[in-house]
Amino acid sequence: MNVRLEGLTKHFPSRNKKSKEVVVAVDDFSFEIPDGKLVGLLGPSGCGKSTMLNMISGLEKPTSGRVFFGDDDVTDVPPELRGVGLVFQNYALYPHMTALQNILFPLENLKGAKKLSKDEMLKRANEAARLVQITELMERKPSALSGGQQQRVAIARALVKMPKILLLDEPLSNLDARLRLQTREELRRIQRETGITTVFVTHDQEEAMSISDMIVVMKKGVLNQIGRPQDVYDDPVNLFVAKFLGNPPINVFEGSVRGGKLFIGDEDVMDAEGVSDAPVSVGIRPEGFVPKEGGRFTCDLVGVEVMGRDTSVICNHPAFDGANIRAIVSAENRIDTEKETVSFDLKPNKVFLFDKETGRRIRPGEENR
Amino acid sequence: MKKNGLKAWLYLLPSLIFLGFFMVYPLVDVLIYSLEEGYNSASQTFTGVGLYNYAYVLRDPYFMQAVKNTFILVMITVPVSTGLALLISLGLSSIGKLRELYQTIYFLPYVTNTLAVGLVFMILFKKTPYTDGMVNLLIGLFGGRSVDFIEGPYWAKMFVLSFYTVWIVLPFKILILTSALASVKKDYYSAARIDGASGFKIFTRITVPMISPMIFYLIITGFIGAFKAYSDSVALFGTNLNAAGMNTIVGYIYDMLYGDSGGYPSYASAAALILFAIVFTITVINLLISRKKVNA
Ligand SMILES: Nc1ncnc2c1ncn2[C@@H]1O[C@H](COP(=O)(O)OP(=O)(O)OP(=O)(O)O)[C@@H](O)[C@H]1O
Ligand SMILES: [Mg+2]
Repeated sequence: MNVRLEGLTKHFPSRNKKSKEVVVAVDDFSFEIPDGKLVGLLGPSGCGKSTMLNMISGLEKPTSGRVFFGDDDVTDVPPELRGVGLVFQNYALYPHMTALQNILFPLENLKGAKKLSKDEMLKRANEAARLVQITELMERKPSALSGGQQQRVAIARALVKMPKILLLDEPLSNLDARLRLQTREELRRIQRETGITTVFVTHDQEEAMSISDMIVVMKKGVLNQIGRPQDVYDDPVNLFVAKFLGNPPINVFEGSVRGGKLFIGDEDVMDAEGVSDAPVSVGIRPEGFVPKEGGRFTCDLVGVEVMGRDTSVICNHPAFDGANIRAIVSAENRIDTEKETVSFDLKPNKVFLFDKETGRRIRPGEENR
Repeated sequence: MKKNGLKAWLYLLPSLIFLGFFMVYPLVDVLIYSLEEGYNSASQTFTGVGLYNYAYVLRDPYFMQAVKNTFILVMITVPVSTGLALLISLGLSSIGKLRELYQTIYFLPYVTNTLAVGLVFMILFKKTPYTDGMVNLLIGLFGGRSVDFIEGPYWAKMFVLSFYTVWIVLPFKILILTSALASVKKDYYSAARIDGASGFKIFTRITVPMISPMIFYLIITGFIGAFKAYSDSVALFGTNLNAAGMNTIVGYIYDMLYGDSGGYPSYASAAALILFAIVFTITVINLLISRKKVNA
């Protein structure tokens, strides 16, 4: 089932009772999640991701805007009737029930035509348990399970009623790096197998990029960009999105465009035809640097880290806005570490120009501002 | 290891001495009294040793009446007060505004003297030459016949006593249960709603199990408290409880020691030990059930 959000907005009353100000947790959010896709909802802490999920599940009422499941407007339907599966950030397993009882609970609440017999319930619960590989742990209470096992129980509990929509709120945040990787692949596999429309909340861009069909990047409650992970990475609409995606992160410089040339410092580093003269922020992906004797862009060399396949060139530049520039180059390039400086040519498709004030992307041929 | 054990005993010594003086010694003393037949408190002599005191107490109709009263009181007030307290705390925790105010109001009876509450109950229930009491006025309004709750039929007196007892113990239970309810994380309710549970199902399957340790605590202490009831009965029916037919076991013990017909420490001791046996048995049963049911 596809999920459509129309102008979804959520205001919270300010914590400070005296001021009349409100917290805008989600601001005029519209997008559609296609049927059977896994969407990664991505943004920094406090940007309104959980609030979004809660509005889709029905636990929070939107201040304005509508939520549609398929063709049905479910904005005023309470959560117990929406039938979505939700895995909470902290799992929220019922501590007094065993894993099996936890998984059975959603089935016991089915009513009317969907009501199941005891045997059917057990069968379904065991199926769900097999899917997340916890069949040996069914008699244990949550307190006797590890974090990763609890998380799988939570996923099984969300899946067992075969929801049309599955919502996951940072479900991997409590796991160690290995388990994280393993479980996210498992999640992806389960999602593919079941074809459930899924929203996966995370603030880890790598996690979102690796498993999502589509990512939604939000900032302070506002939708910034939506698209396939690679597309968003290759074509960010603003500086925030460009900075948020990618590891190591994009390198941002102060620069300016003059007469169809992009200048960083005094060097004209790249052609920028069709861009009108203005000061700009220049974002260069780490893989956008090509070391070349006599290249157009020269930096002070700080060091080189060899990582086998790639080499990480660490350098510095007066116009750079962070601590160290990190360029990832193929290991075949030999960098002379004796030298004070290193020169690069830039790959045009890895260099993005942004408006200095608004951070909006400037594309050649477009009138900026 | 050994040194540590010695240290531990040393630390425990002060409280052990206190317990010995004020609990073990009296208990042993009571046991001895209860076995001494024909004990005379003036001459401190007795005629023999045996179980005669127990036989006497168990054959005494006043004692049997007191046991009956106490059991009825326990069986009515413990479930009623716990259930009511649960309902009221649920109500309290679901209101947003003015919650503190309501909580304070519900807690007022707890800090009010039992005898003062008894006075209020008198006004509500007692028949005097001038008025039949407020409750009877109400019954009259609905066309019923007036009932003498204080000196009338047994069931009416039992009703007032139970009502009174529930009223007295309710605030403490509400206090315990509201804080127990407040400690249940909201996430569990959210999860249960997502899982499609109705309000009633959430109550029975999530709320009650989550606060069950506190419920059992209240039931156990409620049983013990109700078995030791005495002052409530006095507050309503005066000191001559045997005559009113509303005596309790503790009341009987008191009467045997200090009442008008008192001066029989042996009988009192036997009755006290019978009470001890009853309370002990019930508490052990309670604990066994709770061990099985409660999720710590
Ligand atoms: N019940 C509430 N009352 C007031 N403000 C709230 C409430 N819930 C959330 N907020 C505010 O709304 C904003 C969005 O919160 P939300 O929990 O959706 O963030 P999030 O993106 O999930 O963050 P995180 O990644 O840290 O979980 C925050 O500024 C938060 O302080
Ligand atoms: Mg969150």
